[in-house]
Amino acid sequence: MEKSASKQPPPTTTAEKYRNNFLREVEDNVEEGEWVKMCIQCGVCSGSCPLGSAWEHPPQELFMMIRAGQREQVLRSDSMWMCTSCYNCIVRCPRQLPITHIMHGLANYAHRLGIAPAQNPTRRFAKIFWDNIAHSGRVNELLLSIKLYFMNGFGEGIRMAYHMAGMGFAMFKTGRLDPFGLFMHKGIDNAKELQTMLTKAREIEDRRRGLGLGVAVKAD
Amino acid sequence: MAKKEYSYFPGCSSVRSASASNYMVSVNTMCEKLEIALNEIPDWNCCGASIGYAEGGELPRHVLNARNIALSGKHNPGQDIVATCAACWLGTRETQERLNEDPDMLTDTRTVLQEGNLQDYYSQNIPVRHMVEVMIEDIGYEGLAKPVVKPLKGIKFAGYVGCQTNRPFGIDGESFENPRYLDKMVEIVGGEAITDYEKKVTCCGGALAFSEPEKSQKQIHDIVEAAYDQGADMIVTPCPVCQMNVEVYQGQINKRYGTNFSMPVTYYSQILAVAYGSTGKEAGLKGNIIRAKALEKIANK
Ligand code: SF4
Ligand code: SF4
Repeated sequence: MEKSASKQPPPTTTAEKYRNNFLREVEDNVEEGEWVKMCIQCGVCSGSCPLGSAWEHPPQELFMMIRAGQREQVLRSDSMWMCTSCYNCIVRCPRQLPITHIMHGLANYAHRLGIAPAQNPTRRFAKIFWDNIAHSGRVNELLLSIKLYFMNGFGEGIRMAYHMAGMGFAMFKTGRLDPFGLFMHKGIDNAKELQTMLTKAREIEDRRRGLGLGVAVKAD
Repeated sequence: MAKKEYSYFPGCSSVRSASASNYMVSVNTMCEKLEIALNEIPDWNCCGASIGYAEGGELPRHVLNARNIALSGKHNPGQDIVATCAACWLGTRETQERLNEDPDMLTDTRTVLQEGNLQDYYSQNIPVRHMVEVMIEDIGYEGLAKPVVKPLKGIKFAGYVGCQTNRPFGIDGESFENPRYLDKMVEIVGGEAITDYEKKVTCCGGALAFSEPEKSQKQIHDIVEAAYDQGADMIVTPCPVCQMNVEVYQGQINKRYGTNFSMPVTYYSQILAVAYGSTGKEAGLKGNIIRAKALEKIANK
């Protein structure tokens, strides 16, 4: 899915186009990014995140940094990767910013540019998750957990699997985990058709964002 | 009475041998008792969950959900879409809203749906609902009370609503801070509701329970601890993500925090099914890792 299309603009285009205007870049390329300028910096959202202390830059601060043009600091941050999609912020924001979606959008944009923190566990989990569903159309929970446990290498995977074994066995015993899911997972009937759709959707989205393949997209 | 019919989107976690398979079992039982017919959307796909955004971006995510809406329109025309999972409901509804607001995105989505000849079946206005809405709005509290034959006397429930069944859409007429419907359901089936349960709408960590276990387990710890502190016999929830997270990590939390948690976490559909006279098996009670013994006892009576 990540092969290059020759018609795409060269990698520098995005950077050139938005030089010194990171807000514009966010408005054009980040999901719901056009809302960022509406923020009045009241700070309500920042007090709403369940994993609050793990955010180096809470949402309100990210919005301020976007306006201040701190492109690198924002896109390389792991803060938006701490979003649990709890939607606390959205229902509280006095300006009704779709904060959750902007966090998702920033994470996605940084990831697509290949500059999101490589080792962030949520980024890696999210990638494994998407590949899992894009392949068969439905989540294969067993394959997903195994890939997840082993994403930090074999030794770590064994340690994790051991750590989680009790839980896995309990799930299996209660009929909530299929030990044969690895070989016999039943995805959807039209998985090929769905794959084609998703590939096409990604092409259209990249074209709209002027994100071509020339831009480094780290695959892992 | 004619059966009410819905176009059913069960979601990945609810299929056989998946993490919420017992949710599905109890939903089927509950719906049978309430004379609700669920017509599964043929060949439905994953909604993208709340973690799909990072790799999936915007349009691919909307295509996932739009495909389900179109399949529903094609095979179950005119029927409301009903999801049992908060994330499925949210994802599908979000897509429909976004495509209604953004004509370009709608055009792009339709173009992509042509790959499956589904472009004409996508509906901009078919209602996308959570099963809880069907219960409260279509059946109503009175209707929910009718089939009760075994009141759940003496069981104290902490109604844990969590995030995504509650925000950003929530249930009509309920507040985000203190939704009451789950407590009302508990009371209707004869249980005792802890109406001021402190962690009612606290986040369990969602998908980050996988990727940031320590941080999420802090949340879960607080959710279970509050249930104990307020005297609950069990937690009840409408969300499969909440159910899974709050139940299965208790062992690890006990190790990490030196606690002794063993708090059952049930679904509203399970407590309704038991009160309606179903067996433990029909109510999916065998699927609870931490056995809900008080419910089992009533079911076996
Ligand atoms: S709550 Fe809304 S207005 Fe206030 S800081 Fe956050 S985004 Fe800005
Ligand atoms: S949805 Fe994300 S950004 Fe909003 S309060 Fe929850 S964790 Fe914070």
